[in-house]
This record gives sequence, structure tokens and C-alpha cells, in this order.
Amino acid sequence: MKPALSVIFLTVVSGAGYGLLFWTGVLGAAGALPRDLWFGPAASLLALALAGAGLIASTFHLGRPERAWRAISQWRTSWLSREGVAALLTNIPALAFALAWGLAGEAAAITRALGLVAALAGVTTLICTAMIYASLKPIRQWRAPHVLPNYLMMAAASGAAVLAALAVFWPFAAPARLAAALAVLLFIAAGLSKRAYWRFIDTAPPSATIEAATGLGALGPVRMLDAPNTEENYLLREFRFVVGRRHAERLRTIALVLGFAVPAALAIAGGALAGPAGRVLLPLGAALALAGLFVERWLFFAQATHTVTLYYGAERA
Amino acid sequence: MTAIPKPAADQKKLGLVIDLDTCVGCHACAVNCKEWNAGGYPAPLTDFDPYQQHPQGVWLNRVHTYEAGTGENSRTVHFPRSCLHCEEPACVTVCPTGASYKRAEDGIVLVNAEICIGCQLCAWACPYGARELDEDQGVMKKCTLCIDRIYNEYLPEESRVPACVATCPAHARHFGDLGDPESAVSRLVAERGGYDLMPEMGYKPVNKYLPPRRRPPPQAARAPEPAPAADAGSALLRWVDRVLSR
Repeated sequence: MKPALSVIFLTVVSGAGYGLLFWTGVLGAAGALPRDLWFGPAASLLALALAGAGLIASTFHLGRPERAWRAISQWRTSWLSREGVAALLTNIPALAFALAWGLAGEAAAITRALGLVAALAGVTTLICTAMIYASLKPIRQWRAPHVLPNYLMMAAASGAAVLAALAVFWPFAAPARLAAALAVLLFIAAGLSKRAYWRFIDTAPPSATIEAATGLGALGPVRMLDAPNTEENYLLREFRFVVGRRHAERLRTIALVLGFAVPAALAIAGGALAGPAGRVLLPLGAALALAGLFVERWLFFAQATHTVTLYYGAERA
Repeated sequence: MTAIPKPAADQKKLGLVIDLDTCVGCHACAVNCKEWNAGGYPAPLTDFDPYQQHPQGVWLNRVHTYEAGTGENSRTVHFPRSCLHCEEPACVTVCPTGASYKRAEDGIVLVNAEICIGCQLCAWACPYGARELDEDQGVMKKCTLCIDRIYNEYLPEESRVPACVATCPAHARHFGDLGDPESAVSRLVAERGGYDLMPEMGYKPVNKYLPPRRRPPPQAARAPEPAPAADAGSALLRWVDRVLSR
């Protein structure tokens, strides 16, 4: 699959945004965030800003961006539509949480309850995003059972890293340390799960072969003699993307180091040191995590094989 | 709505039956499809650089050519590929806007270009490559089964078939109601063992493909060696023939 940069940006940045919202809501409800008038609103607004930036970026993937609003109508059947609805609805508890934090105080029951609702809404949006991919039968690498938990873990890890990077600017060490510790655990879990996913897609059997796609297998092995057209076309540009596969191994290492290992190490160091050093290390870790996850998402597209390629001569997909 | 309409007991399922035995790979179906539809329901079918070195554009029907089998037993099979108007079309259910829909009355899968946002998720969801983005119009294009021909009372009755079917010089394309077991296309499918493409995907395509007919192995098909004429050559040559044949 051709990596669609706008969609990759959406999954990385919105993922971190909803991950941040999740931890802000959960830790806010637990009373584990900095007890400051501005922290709750700052964290939830940053989360919504990241989420919104991703959603706006994703409209660049549309042929008709001005009609994007129509995408919220078919939530009964479409995960993409559900993602849009969930993203819009999530704004309500998130903004209400920020408001309640400011007006009723961070310890008020209403604030805590709204925090949990916002966290739940954020996770729901993340699930919808992951299911867009996980529900597509023609792409076996996206149908893999790892795709949903993997995406949730990466969003939770990057969200915790952003929360730690934000909390370290408040004069309380404990919340930043807690968020950093969560980030470390989640980066390790997400990295391991990512490796398991890669092992899975490398060893799982193809979902179809050129013989099955053409139904000519009874005659023997099938190969394409002539493509329908001598030139490129939309299908080939969109589905037959082979550039990434050549460098897959190296890119996997880069993604693991940049997106999981280094951010985990920086979260450990930044969380331990806190203070001024933490104010450098934790934001740096969060930024590197987003860059590494961008590489990971790019690979997620580049290594996915669509059954359309079978008609154009691929032996298996 | 992107929910698939509940099929009636005697659901009409209009579709194509494509005979891979008789298709000669002339691409006339693809060209006539482009010709009709560039001015028909899904119009325009944008082309980029049509008169330059690298022309490309939207086609709703594309003809591939495969070799199946090896050695003397191999066959060249021409393979037209277009929308199969599936009974379980994921391209419809994934559509976030309702632009994609399956008609309850005849099962045809269509795109409403007025509300399509060009997100391309339907193209990702189709295992068969039936949907293409018109990069100029920003919306998805697909086979309409020539909805503007098959019900068009301004056309003479014999022309009320899809453009690809009307033009096929080898009579390799058949159009009809595959929901009716007594229809000519259904009987053809039953007779010739028509099959679905990638049935394991679960999309339940309506269009069927008829496999190339079995042929006798090449040896049996070869013409027999002509018998030597009785009076061929002299006694000497007959003797040489006998010696050498030993």
C-alpha cells in the first residue's frame, strides 16, 4: 500500500492526542496530576489540539475535502464514519473536564467523573481508527489480530510520554515521574508487540494467490503475460508500493530504536532527574517517539500487500 | 445508506458472465466501456496526458492476459476485470458518506458522485480492484453495469445491455439476472461450471467467470503421421527404410 502521509500523520499525532487525553482523564480521576488550576485544562486542550491537527491533516487525503462533513453520516456500518463521530463527541467530555477542573476544582467528583468519560471517549476513537484498518479483508497485514492492541499501546505510550513532557513543567515531580514510568512500561510493551506483529506478518500464509484471484489454478501455475495497460494507473500507484520493502529491515530497526527504545530510555532518565534536565529530556523523548512512530506507520502501509496486486502479476498477497 | 439491502426471496441480481474460453483479448469491451461511460452516468472518466508519452486515466474495465499451466499444457487466458457487483460488497459498508450503495431492486453497486468525498476506503476494501479514484474529479469511479443503457427506453431493445457485452466480437460476455436460476446466464453458469473470484474473501460476487474448456493433451491432438505411400521409392529404399527402422 502506498503510504498516505496525511493518514500516517493522523494516526501518529491524533493517536498521541487521544492517548494523552486518556491518561489525563484517568490520572486526573485518580488525583495523580499536578494540583494546579491550569494543568487540567492545559493537558486536555493539548490533547484536543493534537487530535484536531491529525483530523485536519487527514482531510488532505480526500479527493473532496470540502465534503468531509458528510463522513459522519454512516456510523452504522463504517468504521471511518464512527471514527469521525467519536472524534467529534470526544470534544464534549474533554472540554467539560477542562472547564470543571477550572471551576469546580481538580478534586471535585464532577471533574473526576468527566475525566473518566473523556478517557473512555478517547479510547473509543482510537479503537475506531484501528478498526478502519483491521476490518479490511483484502490486506492481510492489516487484518492481523495484533493491529488493534498494537495501535492502542502505541497511542497510550506516546500519550503518556507527552503527558510526562507537559507535567515536568509544573513544580511537582511525582506526576511527571508517574507518567514517565507509564510511558516506559508502555513503550516496552508496544515495542514487543510490534516485533510480534512483524514476526506474524513475515510468517503468516498469504491470504490469496494469483491462482485464487484468477480462478485458473486448476490449469497449473499462473503468471501474468500482459498487463491491461502499458502505463501506470491509480491501482498500481495506490496498491503496488514496493519501495519500502527493500529497506524494511533497516526501517524496522530505526522504528524500534527511535520510536520505542530511545523514548523509553529518555523517559527513564527524564523521570529520574525531573527538574530542568527533565524539561529537556522528556519533551525530546516525546518528540522522538512521534518521529519513530511515523516511521512505524509508514512501514505499516509500505509492507501491506493488497490482493489487487495479484491481478497485476504478484504471486501472493 | 451503506447498509446492504435485505435480499428478497426472488432477488434480482443483474450481472455479467464472462467466458474465459472464448475471450480473445481484443480489449474491445474495455474500449467500448470507456467510450460509453466517458459520456454516461459516471462521466467524465478523466484521462491525463491522453496524447502524450505516458497517458493514463480511469477505466472501469481492464483486460489482463495470463499464462496458466506450464510447458505444452500451458494456456493463454485473457481475463477482463471489472466490478463484480458483490452480494456482500465491503466497498459499500465502509463508505463513510453513503455515496456508495447497493440497489435493492437489481443489486447494482453504484457511487453517488455528488456526495463522494474521495477517501478511497472503498478501493482499499475491494479485493478485486474494481474502484478507481478519478484524480481530477476527486471522486471514485466504478462499473455501473451501464445502468444508463440497460433501462434506457430510447435505445432499441437489443442495445439495452452493458456496452462491454454489446461490443464483444467473440460473444464472451453475457448479461442477465443471476438471481433467476432459469435465466440464460444462470443456465450457462450451471452448464459450464462458472465460478466466483476469491470466494474465500466472502464478498459473494454476482459476476461469474466460465473456465477455459478442457482440451485433449497435445499428443492426442496432434494429427497422425501420414502413412508412406505404398509404392514409395525403389526396393533399395524400402530395404534402407527397414534397416534404419530396426
